[in-house]
Amino acid sequence: MDSRKPTGDYEVIIGMEVHAQLDTKSKMFCGCRADVFGAEPNTLVCPVCLGMPGVLPVINRRAVECTIMTGLALNCSIAEFSRFARKNYNYPDLVKGYQISQYELPLCHNGWLEIEADDTTKRVRIERVHLEEDTGKLFHMGTYSLVDYNRSGVPLMEIVSEPDMRSAAEAYAYLTKLRQILRYLGVSSGDMEKGAMRCEVNVSLRPAGTETLGTKVEIKNLNSFRSVKMALEYEIQRQAEILDKGGTVEQVTMGWDEERQRTVVQRSKEFAHDYRYFPEPDLPPLEISREWVAEIRAQLPELPDAKCDRFVAQYGLSVYDATVLSAEREVADYFENCVALYPQAKTVANWISGEIFRRMNEAGLSITEIKVTPQGLAGLLNLVEKGAINLNTARRVFIEMLESGRSAEAIVAEQGLAQMSDIETLERIVDEVLAANPDQVQQYLAGKETVARWLVGQVMKATQGKANPQLVNKSLSEKLQALQRLREDKKSATHL
Amino acid sequence: MKLTREEVEHIAELAKIGLTEEEKALFQEQLSAILEYAEMLQRVDTSAIPPTATVLPLRNVMRPDEPHPSLPREDVLANAPQSEDGCFRVKVILES
Amino acid sequence: MKLHELTIYQARSLLQSREISAQELTAAVIDRILEVDNDIKAYLTLTPELALEQARQADARRAAGEDDPLLGIPLAIKDIICTEGIPTTCGSKILEDFIPPYSATVVEKLRAAGAVILGKTNTDEFAMGSSTENSAYFTTHNPWDLTRVPGGSSGGSAAATAADECLGALGSDTGGSVRQPAALCGVVGIKPTYGRVSRYGLVAFASSLDQIGTFGKDVTDCALLLSVIAGYDPRDSTSVDEPVPDYLSALVPDVRGMRLGVPQEYFIEGIQPEVEAAVRAAIDLLAEMGAEIVDISLPHTGYALPVYYLLAPAEASANLARYDGIKYGFSFPDAADVWDAYRKTRQYGFGAEVKRRIMLGTYALSAGYYDAYYLKAQQVRTLIKQDFDRAFALCDVVLCPTSPTTAFKIGEKVDDPLQMYLSDVFTLSASLAGLPGLSLPCGFDAQGLPIGLQIIGRAFDEATVFRVAYTYEQVTDWHTRKPPL
Repeated sequence: MDSRKPTGDYEVIIGMEVHAQLDTKSKMFCGCRADVFGAEPNTLVCPVCLGMPGVLPVINRRAVECTIMTGLALNCSIAEFSRFARKNYNYPDLVKGYQISQYELPLCHNGWLEIEADDTTKRVRIERVHLEEDTGKLFHMGTYSLVDYNRSGVPLMEIVSEPDMRSAAEAYAYLTKLRQILRYLGVSSGDMEKGAMRCEVNVSLRPAGTETLGTKVEIKNLNSFRSVKMALEYEIQRQAEILDKGGTVEQVTMGWDEERQRTVVQRSKEFAHDYRYFPEPDLPPLEISREWVAEIRAQLPELPDAKCDRFVAQYGLSVYDATVLSAEREVADYFENCVALYPQAKTVANWISGEIFRRMNEAGLSITEIKVTPQGLAGLLNLVEKGAINLNTARRVFIEMLESGRSAEAIVAEQGLAQMSDIETLERIVDEVLAANPDQVQQYLAGKETVARWLVGQVMKATQGKANPQLVNKSLSEKLQALQRLREDKKSATHL
Repeated sequence: MKLTREEVEHIAELAKIGLTEEEKALFQEQLSAILEYAEMLQRVDTSAIPPTATVLPLRNVMRPDEPHPSLPREDVLANAPQSEDGCFRVKVILES
Repeated sequence: MKLHELTIYQARSLLQSREISAQELTAAVIDRILEVDNDIKAYLTLTPELALEQARQADARRAAGEDDPLLGIPLAIKDIICTEGIPTTCGSKILEDFIPPYSATVVEKLRAAGAVILGKTNTDEFAMGSSTENSAYFTTHNPWDLTRVPGGSSGGSAAATAADECLGALGSDTGGSVRQPAALCGVVGIKPTYGRVSRYGLVAFASSLDQIGTFGKDVTDCALLLSVIAGYDPRDSTSVDEPVPDYLSALVPDVRGMRLGVPQEYFIEGIQPEVEAAVRAAIDLLAEMGAEIVDISLPHTGYALPVYYLLAPAEASANLARYDGIKYGFSFPDAADVWDAYRKTRQYGFGAEVKRRIMLGTYALSAGYYDAYYLKAQQVRTLIKQDFDRAFALCDVVLCPTSPTTAFKIGEKVDDPLQMYLSDVFTLSASLAGLPGLSLPCGFDAQGLPIGLQIIGRAFDEATVFRVAYTYEQVTDWHTRKPPL
């Protein structure tokens, strides 16, 4: 199985169910805080999210709005009438023996998401987006288990795609794009490692060119983007090999074994759930007026694709730069805030994708966490633009800004880093450098013109890098050319 | 509508209720009688009748997204049959 | 007059005039409980020290000039309503040691109004039953005949009220569980409109039907209690944000010009002749007082029973799924794994009727049967509701018997669930339609057992129901008779 052979004989059919925790302040049906990650077990629970006898759920309006907003971003129809339903099953992490979810009337349905993968653009249809409550968390201790119900009742959005993806790369692109949108909307962190986004894929193969659906295998327990891709690649290969040998794929639920890098059977098909859904009697239905939808639509931020196109059109950025800068909403905002104060978009783009990203990567910080604000960066670039400092100094000042968070102007003033643009002083220093380096001057005059750059370096050194390099260049080349002319005059006089 | 023994066992498993053999026999008989009685509903023509899940005319009952204090953990665990390290303790979970 | 025999309204004026103190009143009622409850067994949990402490506080509040509507009035609470720090068992082994860290909204409202809580009354397990025989602890006895049931499921509250073991009580009514025991014990009980009273803290049986109701020794007390507990609660999304009228001011003894509907479907074969006679006599009396009697038809009445016994168990099967021995309550100790623990905890924690209904409801919702049972029942529920909509175009209230028979013998129906279910046949329709229904005494049978008249009103029109009941009560004395204890 190690040798990955292409599966060109088969068409791969992939569908995906994504669960995303919503970044609300309180839980789905009670007032407990929803940011439970890292909290001490069972400290963020109340009678409602513990499912104690006699208590009742109350819908969190913000969670409904986040879901509708997501539906709009995914080009869905928003239901005019929607309701919650009870999904009945028992598991120790489920406090009530049923999960309040949605069934026949989800908030959003029939949407699509455009993805780019394998050098093409395609639409993946979205079947539905619905709202439900999360379950608690289990810790398996060998001969027993422990339950922490902090996560119980955290709002969870389920996004179900149609089986429209045809490769692991497309599935990966879908998931990446989906997370990007959720983060853009500010509805979810999409952090798979922290469990804020969870993914189940189902995959089947069928002979290329046929329409009959193959046997579907579901894969759960995918805790990272990478594992989604790896698990799919592995599973596609596994199924292809079974079909190659004339075998049949069994309808099972698999889990991804991260350590062994393989899918393992979790449940066979004999175990069929009967969830006995019925309308949640504790919660009156939702009637979603078109006015309400319009209000939520008005709050929709510009989405990544639109932003990318606008960056190209408005700022003249390359598609590559525009894609990089629009990948995250915070980065795009940073870029635009900076460009508002320093209008050379390409320069700003280069600084962000160079210096800023380097810093973010090194320090593991987000762009909103680093100490150089868009205003700070614009201030720095304006100093360069005015000729107050040169590019080398700018890089030094930038590092200083990252450390202290102070403005470029303050650092330049305090450390006397302002660029030396006084012609007389510069010419005097150039003269001194030429006088101190007669050998190099002779080499230049002998035709080794690259020595000029070395001489510029000497001037910069003598000024601790503060000299305006354009002026130094100009002065030096004037003086060297004068010497050259002098030498040629002497030569011709000798010949005469 | 006569329930079979297997159906009684299947329902009990869905409902996670253990039953003795005597209870299975008793429930088989009693539930069958009740379901037989309920058969009278099939006489009613409901083809054009919407279902009533709730009699209330209420819609869109929601609360603002405001956090409130949670329960102290000692109260959370006070009724727990078994707890350990601030968690509820349960028997080993073998996949069914 | 003995203090425990006072009505709430009478006690209130004695407390207001400082002729008695809340402590004297509470102590007298506790003495009464100690005197008769060995025979009646109305209470599952008694909290006498707490009650006396609350009575002391009530006296202090009154001394400070306060005059809340129930200040110093000792009441009983059905043990399916959560009381912070006090065991709430729902009549079930599975919640034997459960002490809720919260109180139901209705309990908070009673306490805020100054009420003294005497204890928790017996109920059929999770309110599933019509006799209290399904209580996991013991059966309550009817004060009028100790060999008979008090009705159910709020049999403890009804019996306690009838036997003067409290001045009034709360119960819950899903398919008749306040009205039927009120009828069988000869007291007044109302199930308000669904949505009128908060269900927060009422342990759920069938969420789309459950409603908390009140018991009183007369119509006035029943109305007074309801006016305290009614109203919107942000913790219950199914409670309705409608103003609560002053029910006491609705108590006008005048039914002239009112149209009282009498449905032919409620006077059927199988009804005890004395019950029919007493109810018809009550209707005649109201007609004599100037009400107009209108013959109406509620044609789908006969389907209420199967509809109810599919829908309520379906909802119950989900509501009772949380009792798994993990978070609270009984937990089977020697299970092999978590699934074995689930099965055995529920096998030994629940009684036969609860298991029967969970099984029935699970079946009605399960794959392949949902449409034929659950959905079909919901559709017929629509027809039952439409019957009432049409009837209320012709009349202001509907009058009918509360129960087809007077109190039956303990043990008489325990082996035949369907026969037991039939004792709710007259109360189920109003529950399914979400309408308010009140039962008040309208006579006695030859054996001296009370008979109940049921008055069903329009949604949120409890005031008219009270008015008709009050008018009848003014010219009869059934409610003043005391059981021979």
